[in-house]
Amino acid sequence: MDDLILEMKGIIKEFSGVRALNEVSFAVKKGEIHALCGENGAGKSTLMKILSGVYPHGSYQGDIVFNQEKMMIRNIADAEKAGIAIIHQELALFKELPVYENIFIGNEISSHGRIHIPAMLSKTQELLREMRLDVNPYTLVKQLGTGQQQLVEIAKALAKNATLLILDEPTASLSEGEVEILMDILGRLKVKGVTCIYISHKLDEVLRLADTVTVIRDGRSIGSKLTRTLTKDEIVEMMVGREITDLYPKEVHITEQEVFAVKNYTVYDVSDPSRKLVDNANFSLKRGEILGFAGLVGAGRTELVSSIYGFYDGKCHGEVYLEGNLLSIHHPNDSLQQGIAMLPEDRKRHGIIEIMSVRENMTLATIEKYRLAMDRIDDCQELKDANDYMARLKIKTPGLDTCIKNLSGGNQQKVVLAKYLLRKLKVLILDEPTRGIDVGAKYEIYNLMNRLAADGIGIIMISSDLPEVLGMSDRILVMNEGRIKGEFLNHKNLDQEQIMHCAVGGATA
Amino acid sequence: MTTELKKEAVGMGSEKKISLASMFHFDVKTYTMILALVSIWVIFTMTTNGDFLTSRNLSNLFRQMSITGILSIGMVFIIIAGHIDLSVGSLMGLLGGITAVLNVWLKVDGILAIGITLVLGLLIGIFNGWLIAYKKIPAFIVTLGGMLVFRGILVGMTKGTTVASLDPSIRFVGNAYLVDGVGIFLGLIAIAVLVYNALSVRKLHSQYGLAIPPMSVEIAKIAFAAVVIGLLIIILNSYQGFPVPVLILAIMAVAFSYVLTKTVFGRRVYAIGGNAEAAKLSGINVTKMTLSIFAINGLLVSIAGVLLCSRLNAASVAAGQNAEMDAIAACVIGGASLMGGVGSVGGAIVGALVMASLDNGMSMLNIETFWQFIVKGSILVLAVWVDIATKNKR
Repeated sequence: MDDLILEMKGIIKEFSGVRALNEVSFAVKKGEIHALCGENGAGKSTLMKILSGVYPHGSYQGDIVFNQEKMMIRNIADAEKAGIAIIHQELALFKELPVYENIFIGNEISSHGRIHIPAMLSKTQELLREMRLDVNPYTLVKQLGTGQQQLVEIAKALAKNATLLILDEPTASLSEGEVEILMDILGRLKVKGVTCIYISHKLDEVLRLADTVTVIRDGRSIGSKLTRTLTKDEIVEMMVGREITDLYPKEVHITEQEVFAVKNYTVYDVSDPSRKLVDNANFSLKRGEILGFAGLVGAGRTELVSSIYGFYDGKCHGEVYLEGNLLSIHHPNDSLQQGIAMLPEDRKRHGIIEIMSVRENMTLATIEKYRLAMDRIDDCQELKDANDYMARLKIKTPGLDTCIKNLSGGNQQKVVLAKYLLRKLKVLILDEPTRGIDVGAKYEIYNLMNRLAADGIGIIMISSDLPEVLGMSDRILVMNEGRIKGEFLNHKNLDQEQIMHCAVGGATA
Repeated sequence: MTTELKKEAVGMGSEKKISLASMFHFDVKTYTMILALVSIWVIFTMTTNGDFLTSRNLSNLFRQMSITGILSIGMVFIIIAGHIDLSVGSLMGLLGGITAVLNVWLKVDGILAIGITLVLGLLIGIFNGWLIAYKKIPAFIVTLGGMLVFRGILVGMTKGTTVASLDPSIRFVGNAYLVDGVGIFLGLIAIAVLVYNALSVRKLHSQYGLAIPPMSVEIAKIAFAAVVIGLLIIILNSYQGFPVPVLILAIMAVAFSYVLTKTVFGRRVYAIGGNAEAAKLSGINVTKMTLSIFAINGLLVSIAGVLLCSRLNAASVAAGQNAEMDAIAACVIGGASLMGGVGSVGGAIVGALVMASLDNGMSMLNIETFWQFIVKGSILVLAVWVDIATKNKR
């Protein structure tokens, strides 16, 4: 067994009496790409936080053996010194600093306390070449795309001589092309002898990339298997503990009645008002329809819907009609009053208020409904409604007064949905509704979309997950560089290639 | 005059039934603060050979804290919303100065002078809020500027002199006492409301499977609060009665604690402090809310200004200096987070009492002023340290 680089044995971790990890064992071979799969809240992140020193030695039970040595990792610096580096889902880069400073932050090359910039620059260039990243070391990180930023993070880990690289959902916000580049680089790092732990919900990537898969469910290790012996369905089954026959439970509820229309809509960049982010968009939505918006990251989809909703600081003009009436929307409240709601793309930043309870988050957009004399909140009715929706959306939470940040991503997302569903809606805009959410919660959200469409609500769904767009939409609009480039009615013959071809700017079919 | 005010006090007390309870609905954090307060008192009692705990001194202590207390109520709204106000000390001095100038130099009737001051406070609060919410100037800058501007106006207006000897009607507000019966009545109402509120919360929470503390804990909590209220009334009555400024503080505390914990407005204050963007996406008008919060603060500062000039029976150029620091410290000691989204009126009041106790006790011990600064500053840092340390262990 001396080819193991890492062995975690009998790891137990409790949070205020709740067991997040229950005797989890996890072994990684030297030089392999090892995928760690499991639903959100299964304990993957907790396990990786123990390994990378976020939760110090002593706050958990069990042993970590790294390179044949028993480790007592007290903090992140300890882990990095041993050669373990983690790249979190939310990148930890300094946007206002240049690439080379980011790579060496906290790890500067210096002599006698003086920073040695030329050495850092040349090492950066070497690392960037290795990453096949063609940027100047002086470029500010904020000028790079998400995919390039991810590569800078990896370069940063390599600069610290990491031999074990942990990637937490690295492709969640990458476009298809960027994913390819990342996969290619991970393959080359493997040849160089860097071991990689890869956490992902995207099972296609896992099957393509990983040598071994370990599945964790409800804080227990379910098993480790060689990837080549597995199929996607088998992994899903291990993750959810039951068989999911159909990932996309599509139902058709579309009617002939138009509920919502956008005409000649143009959105300008906040910092550069001469640049159009959305150029003359026109579309309509029918009652009960699920309208998918496909396109690459940066195609202008989020800017389009958030400015329609009244949540955009830059300039925009165009006409928005609801049931044939021209609307004038200046603030999200105007939209909500009309029965239009938007589930934002960035849940943590725009969706939830982390320090508030599940109940308070849920009733935030409807709080006026509970207003009694003297502005008093009707606790009784508020609790009743929150309780109703907790049951209806199957939100898993210890209680309504639990702080929302203690919930898993999928359950947080359901709370945000509940917040808007508590209002009477005509149009629901969903911006990346299932990003970073586990298979089980995804399935529930799809079913919910079906139920809402059946109630006659028109749904706009932005998604970078093509199978999802194809699986759930009645009609698909494809955006490319701010323009609506193509429109597809969803039918059996439509495939991902056709959409992708259009999204990258190819001729419309 | 005295009887009139008494009637009003009784009316207020009974109207704000539930809210009175919410003031005492402290969280665990606040109980720790009360413990810290008690230990400060024990130390001063021992070092002053018991003089600290005489009813006369305690009555004075509560009168002294009323001004910082009222400022800290306004400040806690602002801090919860994620802002800061550095101008309240200067503004309080200026508004007190305006009351005095109106009354002493311009011979305006006392009540009218107070009325004008309150309206001015509200307007200045609205103006600050407008700059911050609509013109997007950071609150730190707006109020740092205000701190200098208001002080400057005060000095210019009074020409650097002390404007002294106000009407009895103004002096009454900051110096008078109410007869014993009123205090006892208020205390009984407070206890009755506490019991009623605890029972109704328990009923509601058990209905929806929310956490409820065991009955014994609840009884102990109420008993503790009842004893504190009872002792407070007995101590105040055994000196000269319930001081009017303390009554004003109590009314403000109850009213604004109600606003913060029970109302739609209060919920939104926490929401915009917790995450302004998510709040906006949920349809909350963050700019309007911010303006209202600064308006409320302006009003509370004007009340504190009137109390200050009433107690001093004069307006002086230095009035209210550093009061903003005491108010901010009181909020922070009381558990408010400068990051926004966290804090309570009850905590701020306890924090104000801590600050006032330190002033009072050290003055009794004839400790030099420089030491008083050092001790108060250290206690502030210590309080936050303890809070952070205990949070990490949890």
